[in-house]
Amino acid sequence: MGEFRMPSLGADMDAGTLAAWRVKPGDLVARGAVVADVETDKGVVEVEIWEGGVIDALVVAPGTKVPVGTVLATLRPSGSEAVVASPPATAAAPARVLASPSAKQLARDRGVDIALVRGTGPHGAITREDVERAADSAPSVTPSAPPPAIAPVAMSARVAPPDGAAMRRAIAAAMTRSKREIPHYYLSAELDVEAAQRWLLAHNAGRSVTERVLFAALLLKATALAALEVPEVNGWYVEGAYQPASAVHLGVAISMRSGGLIAPALRDAQARSLDATQAALRDLVARVRAGRLRSSELTDATLTVTSLGEAGVDSVFGVIYPPQVALVGFGRVGERPRASGGMLGVRSVVTATLSADHRVSDGHRGAVFLRAIETLLQQPEKL
Amino acid sequence: MTPEQPAREAMTAAQLRDVVVDALRSVAPEADAASLGDAARLRDAFDLDSMDFLNVVIALHTALGVDIPEADYAKLQTLGGAVAYLASRLEPRVTG
Repeated sequence: MGEFRMPSLGADMDAGTLAAWRVKPGDLVARGAVVADVETDKGVVEVEIWEGGVIDALVVAPGTKVPVGTVLATLRPSGSEAVVASPPATAAAPARVLASPSAKQLARDRGVDIALVRGTGPHGAITREDVERAADSAPSVTPSAPPPAIAPVAMSARVAPPDGAAMRRAIAAAMTRSKREIPHYYLSAELDVEAAQRWLLAHNAGRSVTERVLFAALLLKATALAALEVPEVNGWYVEGAYQPASAVHLGVAISMRSGGLIAPALRDAQARSLDATQAALRDLVARVRAGRLRSSELTDATLTVTSLGEAGVDSVFGVIYPPQVALVGFGRVGERPRASGGMLGVRSVVTATLSADHRVSDGHRGAVFLRAIETLLQQPEKL
Repeated sequence: MTPEQPAREAMTAAQLRDVVVDALRSVAPEADAASLGDAARLRDAFDLDSMDFLNVVIALHTALGVDIPEADYAKLQTLGGAVAYLASRLEPRVTG
């Protein structure tokens, strides 16, 4: 009998709320399938299962917050007897109520009319706490206490924005841990990107809008290839030992429009063409904004890239996201005077920075890595 | 000059403005597009990064069927500029 547990979706998560099930008992699921939506401090995440089989029982009801590691569902091997209980239909949530799916579900579970709850969240949104308060103040109705009925999954297209204060706390917890455990060192180098800029302009000139590549995609691809050359920056430091990764899953720091930051993994960045990198980046940004990230994307990154150049800063020295061991920062791409061969010219440059972990590498290897990025950007057609 | 796609009915500036606002809303749903002035810089007003801006351009392309070369991005910096630019791109060609 297999078990599906609440996953840890990053160094800053110790509990999550099961927002909705995507499966019901009797369903056959393949490894890697999305089986549940989990609400975290950073929004709703689509959680994949890492063992195939038939869903035997859903142990945790939607709306329940449980610690990481809690069994959420049990599985049996496919092929065994399946007793399929068809789930009871439940009424749709009241329209025009600003509340997260989990708050709505909690209201249903506790018999609270959500239309009567006063919201204290952003824009008057109803939070789980508001529902709890309303439920506690209402005359107590003894629940008949059957195992929780499983509601059909509401594929909510829009998700209430995550709680800003909770996200800030989660980021602070992860960054505090990083600064406590990781002996950071920092390097900075100004990279000449004139050739890459010109190449990209010509590359995009004949293309329709949907096929155009952003400069960010070149920076990501060059970073991924450079990481193959300097494996000390690409991997995880776990239980006192460094585990280099063979593939480069680049965590791409993406700002959430509601505030805060998340760095989902662009998987196998070293193996993607520029077009595929661009497409993957576009897809990631869209899903960050829509609150539709998958759990593996939050846990797989082996090296993170942050680009604050568009915000107008020249350089950014990031804090490493454990268990990773390095973080690359790119500042503003712009034309600056550059002396070369006794002549002063105007070149497109970008400041690249590296924050890296002294337990794994030192400044010399870090410098080799940054130099490798610049060398790769001199031949953009090969990226 | 090859014949254009089925001739589009001429759009008024107000209709074009609605199309641009819809494109912005699709990328930045939380922003207040209704009260936007014609001269406001879109990147600043909507906190658009280059990916957001590309998605706005793609949305305009999808809605209007016009291709917007990268070299023309500068003409889309403000709402008023974008409406004027799109109007010029949509004008039926008189000669071939």
